[in-house]
Amino acid sequence: MSDLHTSPSGESHGSVSSYIIGFVLAVILTVVAFGVVMSHSLSPSGTLTALAVLAFVQVLVHLHYFLHMGSGSEQRWNNMCFFFAVGFVVILIIGTMFIMNNTAMHMMSR
Amino acid sequence: MAHDTTVQTAGHDEHHHESPVVFGFWVYLMTDCIIFGSLFAVFAVLHNQVNGGPSGRDLFEYKGLAEETALLLISSITYGFGMIAAHKNEISKVIMWLGVTFLLGLGFVGLELSEFAHMIHEGNGPDRSAFLSSFFTLVSTHGLHVTCGLIWIVTLIVQLMGTTEIPERMMSKLTCLSLFWHFLDIVWICVFTYVYLASMI
Repeated sequence: MSDLHTSPSGESHGSVSSYIIGFVLAVILTVVAFGVVMSHSLSPSGTLTALAVLAFVQVLVHLHYFLHMGSGSEQRWNNMCFFFAVGFVVILIIGTMFIMNNTAMHMMSR
Repeated sequence: MAHDTTVQTAGHDEHHHESPVVFGFWVYLMTDCIIFGSLFAVFAVLHNQVNGGPSGRDLFEYKGLAEETALLLISSITYGFGMIAAHKNEISKVIMWLGVTFLLGLGFVGLELSEFAHMIHEGNGPDRSAFLSSFFTLVSTHGLHVTCGLIWIVTLIVQLMGTTEIPERMMSKLTCLSLFWHFLDIVWICVFTYVYLASMI
């Protein structure tokens, strides 16, 4: 967090260098994701895993360098909302996929 | 948390929270996140239900996807430069960077619309299969958000024109739009990974 400085109102905002670092990291991760799929060098399940990992890392990069999320005390409520929403979305997506898959199995529709 | 944040406090309060406006907007973004989460869940369930029609592998092209992704990524950093200029109170630079961001976002929406038009023209519109219904719902919800962001950018450019300094209230608006714009970029990461690339494996 040393590259982020804090404005008088307590909101941290990036510097030119932190935005450029974030941008370069994001470009590298995006290009690798495209490359992994276009080169067909991994097995289908391996490619999917690689994509999931790359997307996860890129989301973290964006959250840190562009949305300036941090662990500072002034951001505690932002972070609590964020983790609640992420937990909610994870339950929503995994729960939906599980229950719809289960229904499809029982109805023998696939 | 008083509402009159127009007076900038010079000293660092030990418990000085960020503007309640920005926090409120953050809470809105989290609910938006849940909307996109549900749409991703729908897509995850329906993406194999092609009803004999084309699958993602037949429809999606690397070129258009790469161009859209590049435009949105670059627009993220140009908005970031705009925010840095705003913190330095350099209004003409802020307007310039917002303008660049607007053009990049407009290019993104244009590419997306031409992609949709092409697909619908070939008979692969949202009414073709459950897969395409969920695809169009998810991707166009994102596109609609970007369009709202574009309207917001124009509004702020107009409000900034002719002013000589950026009051706290304006700074809150710029910060909220910054959160919104970067949030849409994060949603797009998930879209190009799980909707496009994962279908092209």
